[in-house]
Amino acid sequence: MLARTEPINGTAKPKPVSSPMNNFKSDLLNSFSLKSLKLKTKQQELLIRVSILCLVYVLAFITRLFSVLRYESMIHEFDPYFNYRTTLFLTQKGFYDFWNWFDSESWYPLGRIIGGTLYPGLMVTAAIIYWTLRFLRFAVHIREVCVLTAPFFASNTTIVAYFFGKEIWDSGAGLVAAALIAICPGYISRSVAGSYDNEGVAIFALLWTFYLFVKAVNTGSLAWALASAFGYFYMVSAWGGYVFIINLIPLYVMVLLITGRYSLRLYVAYNCMYVLGMLLAMQIRFVGFQHVQSGEHMAAMGVFFLMQVFYFLDWVKYLLNDAKLFQVFLRITVTFTVGVGAIALGVGTASGYISPWTGRFYSLLDPTYAKDHIPIIASVSEHQPTAWSSFMFDFHILLFLFPAGLYFCFKRLSDATIFIVMYGLTSMYFAGVMVRLILVATPAVCLISAIAVSATIKNLTLLLRAKNKVAQTASAKGIGSAKSSSKGLLDQSQPFHRNGAIALLLGAFYLLSKYAMHCTWVTSEAYSSPSIVLAARGAHGNRVIFDDYREAYFWLRQNTPPDAKVMSWWDYGYQITAMGNRTVIVDNNTWNNTHIATVGCAMSSYEDEAYEIMRSLDVDYVLVVFGGVTGYSSDDINKFLWMVRIGGGVFPVIKEPDYLVNGEYRVDKGASPKMLNCLMYDRARGVEIGNKDVKLEYLEEAFTTSNWIVRIYKVKPPNNRW
Amino acid sequence: MEALLGARLTLALSIFAFLSLLTTSFSQQIQILNAERRIDLTSHIVKVFLTLKVENTGTAPANEVLLAFPPTQVDHLAVVKAKAATGRRKKRTYITLDVKPTELPDAPNGAKYFIISLLNPLNSGETATLEVLYMLTHSLEPFPAEISQSEPQLVYYHDSAIILSPYLIKQQTTFIKTPTSKVESFTRVEPTNRVSTELKYGPYEDRTPYSFSPIIVHFENNNPFAVVEELVREVEISHWGNLQITEHYKLVHAGARHKGVFSRVEYQSRPSHSGISSFKHLLARLPPRVHSVYYRDEIGNISSSHLRTDYRKSELEIEPRYPLFGGWKATFVIGYGLPLQDFLFESSDGKRYLNFSFGCPLAETVVDKLTIKVVLPEGSKDPSIVVPFPVEQHLETKYSYLDVVGRTVLVLEKKNVVPEHNSPFQVYYTFNQMFVLAEPLMLVSAFFFFFVACVAYLHIDLSIHKPSQHFAKF
Repeated sequence: MLARTEPINGTAKPKPVSSPMNNFKSDLLNSFSLKSLKLKTKQQELLIRVSILCLVYVLAFITRLFSVLRYESMIHEFDPYFNYRTTLFLTQKGFYDFWNWFDSESWYPLGRIIGGTLYPGLMVTAAIIYWTLRFLRFAVHIREVCVLTAPFFASNTTIVAYFFGKEIWDSGAGLVAAALIAICPGYISRSVAGSYDNEGVAIFALLWTFYLFVKAVNTGSLAWALASAFGYFYMVSAWGGYVFIINLIPLYVMVLLITGRYSLRLYVAYNCMYVLGMLLAMQIRFVGFQHVQSGEHMAAMGVFFLMQVFYFLDWVKYLLNDAKLFQVFLRITVTFTVGVGAIALGVGTASGYISPWTGRFYSLLDPTYAKDHIPIIASVSEHQPTAWSSFMFDFHILLFLFPAGLYFCFKRLSDATIFIVMYGLTSMYFAGVMVRLILVATPAVCLISAIAVSATIKNLTLLLRAKNKVAQTASAKGIGSAKSSSKGLLDQSQPFHRNGAIALLLGAFYLLSKYAMHCTWVTSEAYSSPSIVLAARGAHGNRVIFDDYREAYFWLRQNTPPDAKVMSWWDYGYQITAMGNRTVIVDNNTWNNTHIATVGCAMSSYEDEAYEIMRSLDVDYVLVVFGGVTGYSSDDINKFLWMVRIGGGVFPVIKEPDYLVNGEYRVDKGASPKMLNCLMYDRARGVEIGNKDVKLEYLEEAFTTSNWIVRIYKVKPPNNRW
Repeated sequence: MEALLGARLTLALSIFAFLSLLTTSFSQQIQILNAERRIDLTSHIVKVFLTLKVENTGTAPANEVLLAFPPTQVDHLAVVKAKAATGRRKKRTYITLDVKPTELPDAPNGAKYFIISLLNPLNSGETATLEVLYMLTHSLEPFPAEISQSEPQLVYYHDSAIILSPYLIKQQTTFIKTPTSKVESFTRVEPTNRVSTELKYGPYEDRTPYSFSPIIVHFENNNPFAVVEELVREVEISHWGNLQITEHYKLVHAGARHKGVFSRVEYQSRPSHSGISSFKHLLARLPPRVHSVYYRDEIGNISSSHLRTDYRKSELEIEPRYPLFGGWKATFVIGYGLPLQDFLFESSDGKRYLNFSFGCPLAETVVDKLTIKVVLPEGSKDPSIVVPFPVEQHLETKYSYLDVVGRTVLVLEKKNVVPEHNSPFQVYYTFNQMFVLAEPLMLVSAFFFFFVACVAYLHIDLSIHKPSQHFAKF
């Protein structure tokens, strides 16, 4: 009998996500004696799991290829162009030249030490992939490698998510997590093909580090802790977001200590990970000694010392065997440690050895900070606080599953679930502060939601399965005397339970399919345009492509002297150096606020004043973006107020109210007189509304693209005096 | 040793004496009864059609006829072709003759010579009609050298009113055709007259050998001066049925340099007056049945191109990213695939040969330096090449997808290439068809070993000690 029923259970898999486990359990009940069959089911389960993972892996990759299919294999946005340029340099000149690279093409006349001011993880990763492929004689271009790095790492992230889910809950949850994270828009937004940015590999590194750390805490194994230290090293080399790890893990350890979950496993995991991770991280030049010097990293160090004290106290407690004496000892030690710690921190801060928190860190803790103090951070749209709609947009049903998942986590509290809960809660807070940090929250949200989905569906299918089994046994065997009583017991609640479970299951499937559809739609509509090429629908429904940016950059590349300096607003700096191959005054690495303010000042002054500034900066060409003809909205005149604000922050001559009319920003005829006369206006609205017939005295039009989006002006040499 | 040297010296001396004798004999032997020269200045490639009626006045039969060029022209000379015309007016047939550059010791003022080998020796008293075509590149000098957007482009053309020749010319006329009737000035060498787009110099009678009379024509020429500074064409043969061609262009507008403002308003609103010497389209003539065409540059795809195909030819109209004004440059890559059976054939001795067109597919362009790389499939042997004109060649090795030993690359280089050079050339090589399967087999075996390794890993227990739970379970 058992032999006959077994294959039915084994092959009929209505719900692949959770059925393996059920199957496994029911099989355990059914065929305890038949080893061969049990093995077979195990194999089947493995097969199904592996094939689901493979499909998810492929899915994560191909869903990110919309932009390549719709446009071309190209690098998107702004920052990725810098990464691409550095990767190109790395593959051409080798690692040591890359490490020692002083780039004179940006931040003229200051220059930039590239090796010491970037996170090399992404470039090195792409270069290694490139070299490997070349070694295997795949004649790929480095651009293709760069374009596909982010999707590749997104695929790898799904695998990590599976293992992480398995570690904190079970393999069913792992599979659901892998599937959810593969298509989650919050992650896709930063990892479509062509978005060659640090985040692409950093999310993988982040999740990888967390997974290894949780594994280390769960097992207390030195090997896992070591592995997590290396994961952390990779993360540090890839993205500035490593600060999140180095603050979250100490926080987690603190919570474990407070809740009385201190164990030797935790001690091993944290100490090994912290010490080795710190030493490794110091090898990255951009990070350097920050782990011992910067205020942002002090929490980790404090917790490290606290762990030692804790261990010491534990040991003393074990030795003393006297509660009273131990209480006294505890009091003295705690006071002493806290005192020493406070003094050390105070002295360090006062003497300047420990640097205070940076502006970006403050703006994370206090969302209003940037707006008041650092306009340059506030001017970036992705640093704005998140709107509710974008949470909905990026998470969809996960937003509702998240609390449910938290409930399940609290229900089955363990070291691992505490970790994921903390990760979820903190990252959700940061996601609320800054739009771009939704990305960091995405893995946590996916994992916690996966727990909710998996646990719910598993419960429901268990219910259904129990009925099926009884019904099956009844029909196959007739009414056995031994089972009749139990059947009767179950029958009482059958109709209601069964239908309810089916309804709930259907609802869950409906929601999940909605999620899949939403993700695909968002990916295809919102996150797959390269922003450097603009596409619009023409009058006859045909696609019109505005390729003006590249037109202008290529013109610069081909038709200006190789040492020409180009001034533009900082957004376009990276693209001009990467595609135009010309020196820029400011770029997207906004490390020198004064320099940017000078450019902002030049842009918002009268032409003759601006000319003086441009002469002093040795500018040959000025590039502005102008949306007047095509109605392109994100042009320089829209960014103009930020130029004024940033310029005014350093040079008090520039005052924001001068450019406003009745507190309103207008660019048409009603614009303020100062506005109408300033350089930026002249150049951006040269032949447009408000102030027609602009005659430029010190600049001449050098090039304008076919759709008028980019205009390049040449700065005339000073008049000959004789 | 001494003797050898002496012998060499005498040999050299005797050859020298013989040559000088030869030249003098030429000059004496041959005279040109009638010469008509038509110079076409409509594009930036100067085409000269020369019709010579040659007579042998000497006693010995003549085998060769010499053409002389001033040294300034020789550097710009792209093509010299000669044909012998036989038969009367309507039944006139042309036979292509061999033309070779040659050196003569007593050339006045460094004049350079080309030697036309006649098919049949010209006997004493006989006449023959020769048609010569030669082309000059970079021979129109823009003046003024810099123009603004609204100005037309004016150029100089330098030549001689009288044909430079080592022979006596009884009668000669030169016609110069300009693209428009706008001619600023021209040198008069009487009799000279001008009718709309044509200038006529001559007829001049009985001019002695090496007569020269410099002239300058200053006229308007707004044709696109499209010059490809460097063109690298890579032809990759795959015996799976595809011929992949990749062409790297470095294009420049070689006309008068653009100065001052570029105004997009002017350019778009008055296209007939503004930037008339600039160009924004180029036409590439590709073979029929072309597929997967792409057009891109270092920073990505260029979306402005159109492809028209029919069964005889394919035309690819490309627009560089921006209109090219004088002195502006653009680089781009065109790539396409072609069916292999159209171009690869088997010769009678069992060798395979590729028959492909030399030259640049872009219409009306000059290529300063053309490099053709023919990438033969991996495992092919004994490459050899047949080109109708002299080229420099050498071999390289290239590694492409899954190559182990690398592919042999035949590299052909030629300077100063004009559309006249678009004639077929052949590359012969031997190839064993079995090599086609090498790479798929490599991949198959790699995957096979990968799976075998996976199976092995799953079945082998590498742990040092067995976990005790294993026993506890059973």
